[in-house]
Amino acid sequence: MSLLSVSDLTVKFAMRDQTVTALHDISFDLAKGERLGIVGESGAGKSITGFSLMNLLSKPGYIDSGKILFEGQDIAGMNDAQMRGIRGNKMAMIFQDPMVTLNPVLTIGQQMVETLQAHRKLSRDEAEQIAIVKLREVYIPSPEERLNQYPHELSGGMRQRIIIAMALLLNPQLIIADEPTTALDVTIQADIMELLLELCQSNKVGLILITHDLGVVSQMTERTLVMYAGRIVEAGRTREIINDPQHPYTQGLINALPQQTLPGHRLKQIPGNMPSLTSIPVGCPFSPRCSYAVDHCRTTRPEPISYGTVRVACHEVNRLHNDTPDQEKQA
Amino acid sequence: MLAYLVKRLFQAIAVMFVISVIGFAIQDNLGDPLRELVGQSVSEEVRQQLRDELGLNDSFAKQYLRFLGNALQGDLGTSYFFKEPALDVILKKLPATLELVLGATIIIVGLSVPLGVYTAIKPNSIISRIIMGLSIIGISIPVFLTAILMIFVFSVELGWLPSFGRGDVVHVWGYWDTNFATLDGWEHILLPSIALASIMLPLFVRLIRAEMMEVLESEYVKYAKAKGIHPGRIYFVHALKNTLLPVITVGGVQIGTMVAYTILTETVFQWPGMGFMFLEAINRVDTPLVVAYLIVVGFIFVVTNTIVDLIYGLVNPTVNLARMGA
Repeated sequence: MSLLSVSDLTVKFAMRDQTVTALHDISFDLAKGERLGIVGESGAGKSITGFSLMNLLSKPGYIDSGKILFEGQDIAGMNDAQMRGIRGNKMAMIFQDPMVTLNPVLTIGQQMVETLQAHRKLSRDEAEQIAIVKLREVYIPSPEERLNQYPHELSGGMRQRIIIAMALLLNPQLIIADEPTTALDVTIQADIMELLLELCQSNKVGLILITHDLGVVSQMTERTLVMYAGRIVEAGRTREIINDPQHPYTQGLINALPQQTLPGHRLKQIPGNMPSLTSIPVGCPFSPRCSYAVDHCRTTRPEPISYGTVRVACHEVNRLHNDTPDQEKQA
Repeated sequence: MLAYLVKRLFQAIAVMFVISVIGFAIQDNLGDPLRELVGQSVSEEVRQQLRDELGLNDSFAKQYLRFLGNALQGDLGTSYFFKEPALDVILKKLPATLELVLGATIIIVGLSVPLGVYTAIKPNSIISRIIMGLSIIGISIPVFLTAILMIFVFSVELGWLPSFGRGDVVHVWGYWDTNFATLDGWEHILLPSIALASIMLPLFVRLIRAEMMEVLESEYVKYAKAKGIHPGRIYFVHALKNTLLPVITVGGVQIGTMVAYTILTETVFQWPGMGFMFLEAINRVDTPLVVAYLIVVGFIFVVTNTIVDLIYGLVNPTVNLARMGA
């Protein structure tokens, strides 16, 4: 049985004069200990997917339909008390910006102890001992002293390590990391990712990594979802998606990587912008920006189909694949 | 810590200096002290002679320095009406006013936090809407009107509570008589305290609500939810502590302002405090007493603000009092 099984998840936002759909029929599975990457531009619905899994959508967002089975139980239908038992306990989340994630007026120790005490009957001393062990696992120097420090006394990288330690406090089955290094210094980003990977592997924790960095996804994850305008456009094994992308959007993302461009040349960006949720084009949402789009793409929405080992939502995937000039592949 | 206190002390001295200049300028320009001291029958020559003797013909600077020198020795002039040192007159009235302010502060602190938190957590509930509606009314109605209305309802119509004076007070120490020792004292201080709190309480409820709602939207509150923390702890530990930081700052200033509001409350309730005294002093053109009142109130302002800053430093870990003086 898979650890997490999401089927036809649809999330809507009730705005003042209309209801917009932020996620359309998202479906995916995650096995125990598996690492999944969710990539896409800003506004693709990656973070909303992450927060839906925690049942933590902020108003006016809500889960409209679909199932989120976590260890066989449907999270989408749980009440607050049931959900509290899972959050931070079996499923932990790492937020984007460590500078604003920790409460500024509580010490690191208080914030770690309260997490443990929310889920286990522990004395303060016992909880602190566990916290110290976890802080050591994320290579925090002199963890005993850190417990009495406030967040503002620590650097961003240090704070994100502490947040990772907090995520591991109760030995969760799944960690959802929402762009955990975006707000950090470039030099620290790689360290944090390496640490996260190491801990997930050694503790056999499942990981959902939300990021826009394909390079990170290729190093960290086994499977990948590519999202665009609230839909999964391509899903499959990370290696195949990176090496042989099928959807024109995925191809665009990979071509836009700086490594794909010779020095001195312009980066190959995808023309145009992600459509806003209120004005998603009929047909394929990517069609206005897609160089392969034909009339059919602008009128009919493509459903995900299996293509080799991946699933891809594109009408023209066959033509596209045959059209890819062989000489370019060899070059 | 010590460096910070020294720095605050210098700031306080600067503020007191400015207040003393303004206060003295009023004394120098408001009315003619001679008119209060001598009658109509004294001739102009004698008046001039008296002015010379009293130093009233000296330059402003010279007169001010003399005033300052006396003030530093605790001599703020002599009340024309009471024929006593002005400072003594005020100190006799001060405890009554401070007890009134204390009563109002207890009401404000005791009610504003629960009401503010409740209206922030449940902004759309009917009770919240009623509280917010009442708070607008509370802010809009002037203190003297609230006071008169309450006297009408609770003293005249219902006859539950006394309408004026301090009632039975118990002597504590020095000039300090307290209302809080007898039931009669409590009954007398209740209406004036509510009247004085009537403006500040709604203000604080709205302030706490606005701050709390902002804090509830913050990332760290969302993170606390993601850790499975109980909502009670999120509201009262995670959110409230952050909410109170700006509230403390505003609150300190408002407690000072409340001392000024006592003028209205004390007048309506015939409360024998220094606000009531101040109004009488103005009517009697008792300039030394007016100036002494301004200086004492300025001093209370400076002291409360300093205390509030120190409390803020204790609550907010990002403020390091030990380092702030450097």
